[in-house]
Amino acid sequence: MDIFLQQLVNGVVLGAIYALVALGYTMVYGILGLINFAHGEVVMIGAMVALTVIQLLLASGVPLPGPVVAAIGLAAAIPTCMLLGFAIERVAYRPLREAPRLAALITAIGMSIVLQNVAMIIWGRRYHSVPSLLPVTPHQFAGATITDLQIFIVLLAALIMAGLLYLVHRTRLGRAMRATSQNPEVAGLMGVNINTVISMTFIIGSALAAVAGLMVSAYYGVAHYVMGFMLGLKAFTAAVLGGIGNLGGAMLGGLLLGVIESLGAGYIGTLTGGFLGSHYQDVFAFTVLILVLVFRPSGLLGERVTERS
Amino acid sequence: MQRRRVLGIGFALTLAFALSGCGRETPPPPPPAPKAEAPKPPPAVTVKIGSVAPLTGPQSHLGKDNDNGAKLAIDELNAKGVMIGGAKVTFALVSEDDQADPKTGTIVAQKLVDAKVAGVIGHLNSGTTIPASKIYHDAGIVQISPSATNPKYTEQGYKSAFRVMANDVQQGKVLGEYAVARMGAKRIAIIDDRTAYGQGLADEFEKAAKAAGATIVGREYTSDKATDFRSILTSVKGKKPDLLFYGGMDAQAGPMASQMKALAVGSKFLAGDGVQSPEFIKLAGAAAEGVVASSPGVPLDKMPGGKGFTERFTAKYGQVQIYAPFAYDATMTLVEAMIKANSTDPARYLPELAKMSRQGVTGPITFDEKGDLRNGPITLYLVKDGKWSTIETVGGLAAAPAAAPAPEKPAPAAEKK
Repeated sequence: MDIFLQQLVNGVVLGAIYALVALGYTMVYGILGLINFAHGEVVMIGAMVALTVIQLLLASGVPLPGPVVAAIGLAAAIPTCMLLGFAIERVAYRPLREAPRLAALITAIGMSIVLQNVAMIIWGRRYHSVPSLLPVTPHQFAGATITDLQIFIVLLAALIMAGLLYLVHRTRLGRAMRATSQNPEVAGLMGVNINTVISMTFIIGSALAAVAGLMVSAYYGVAHYVMGFMLGLKAFTAAVLGGIGNLGGAMLGGLLLGVIESLGAGYIGTLTGGFLGSHYQDVFAFTVLILVLVFRPSGLLGERVTERS
Repeated sequence: MQRRRVLGIGFALTLAFALSGCGRETPPPPPPAPKAEAPKPPPAVTVKIGSVAPLTGPQSHLGKDNDNGAKLAIDELNAKGVMIGGAKVTFALVSEDDQADPKTGTIVAQKLVDAKVAGVIGHLNSGTTIPASKIYHDAGIVQISPSATNPKYTEQGYKSAFRVMANDVQQGKVLGEYAVARMGAKRIAIIDDRTAYGQGLADEFEKAAKAAGATIVGREYTSDKATDFRSILTSVKGKKPDLLFYGGMDAQAGPMASQMKALAVGSKFLAGDGVQSPEFIKLAGAAAEGVVASSPGVPLDKMPGGKGFTERFTAKYGQVQIYAPFAYDATMTLVEAMIKANSTDPARYLPELAKMSRQGVTGPITFDEKGDLRNGPITLYLVKDGKWSTIETVGGLAAAPAAAPAPEKPAPAAEKK
């Protein structure tokens, strides 16, 4: 039972990170109907920038407490990613806004490959080790072991998601975003500056990606230039699972996917009597993706919710 | 409607991406062969020697290490000047990147065959070495792997396949016996990365540990690209092993060790030569303390030519990771066979290589009838104060006398951790 609880904890932490990344996919999809495949790379760039700043700070020998160093790293990564997100939209998607959807999808993939290779040139092909800045003291909780870092990740993710919900549902910008999502032309006629709204969507999504990037690299202790690729695909799956275009759906989908993966990898060996092993971990996410698309293409919460709200 | 279609296309692309896998960068073009510039009188010949290792991807630090080891040997040979068959020979190293991927490994092997190399130093991983060895064998090219330890490599009956390192049967046996006898492990869990090396070593370890009386309580798997091990470590933890063995490389073992610590798994951590690198300590951080790993050969500072080698190597390329001295020895051994046979034709120098007996920097080098290194010693190391420190050397001949001066008091440090 304590093992089950432990797997659940692992899954929730992983799910919180998936959810943050999935929000970036879902926001862009909700407004543009575009799958921003470069989003996973934004996460990676966020992690790399934060890591570089952290390493510089540690090398400079200034005696700062770990959390402060991490916060400075994050403070550098967020604006970098915001700028990157803004630039991606301006360069790769805006010129193609009137083009067939497929064209934008292809530039998205192109963008992803470009970013990956740029990162490879800048940071090299090695695995970079991320220094542990937050205490990883294990706490015992009903038989499961939870570290400060895990608690921090889940809390921060929850806080950010609450902030995002407030932004979308309670502010002028949020109203403009919802209006654009329903009908860009009409929103434009009503005085909403669609370009600003779309840019803001990319900027906010990228800021979330930067946070997720630092989280995921600190959580696993490593960062490298292809780390955003698989994470991006999983987060996309999470967004589809929850109902792409729907904010609550992305959060729910992320959490569910994290838990499914964690429990799946932990128990598949025992359940199949050793016939299938834990190396099938990555298969679960994509099995879920197929099942959702076959049986409930609109996802658990469906996309209509956002369009109406 | 539009959206649904885009979603469908997106899904198809996702699948395509997922199936095609990661790490799709193209190998860098081989460096241009340096021009032979020899004094006029004896005719000058350039002889190409291939070197293959993963120069990109998570294992690139090890790949570069191998490649630099071979480069150092080639540079020294060229500086010294080698006469073969009445001509002054300049060696040119043709470096290829196999990305630690078996499929790419066979492609670059064919490339080297087409480039008409006289011999190949490589590959680094067993998974790439084994399929590539058939291509070299069919083309009649001699191959010496500095670091592939899977027994299958030399069991295929290819006369052209050699290695200068003890294989996994020997290493797995030493590890298994050490785990039970010296680390006091009774309940053992095993994780491997499903590569020819990781799985092969884990299998041999399992056999030896079982034979020594331990129970294998769990066997889990990961991949050589994974970074998340929490699920499998949690299920390992539930089986309460007192020792966890990992068959795989340092890029995974590093995060695995730190995640073990975060999950408070509490078992000892033991691994093979793929983990015994400075990189592992960097990746694992504080969690590296107390980890034990083996490596074929004797410690670098105990190698007969280790000190001189380290000085020459670090002056040019920086820290030695693991296998550079072996790649250096493999290259030197290959060329010495050419000199003895007075020919760079693989068919002519192969018999000389098979009966080679020389003193390398890593120790004495002689091959058995399969092409395996005779009496390869295996050394166990422990991470202490952020550094690998030697515990003891098992096997090997008295030819490495400096290696085993204190067999009476080597292990207590390991047992306390």
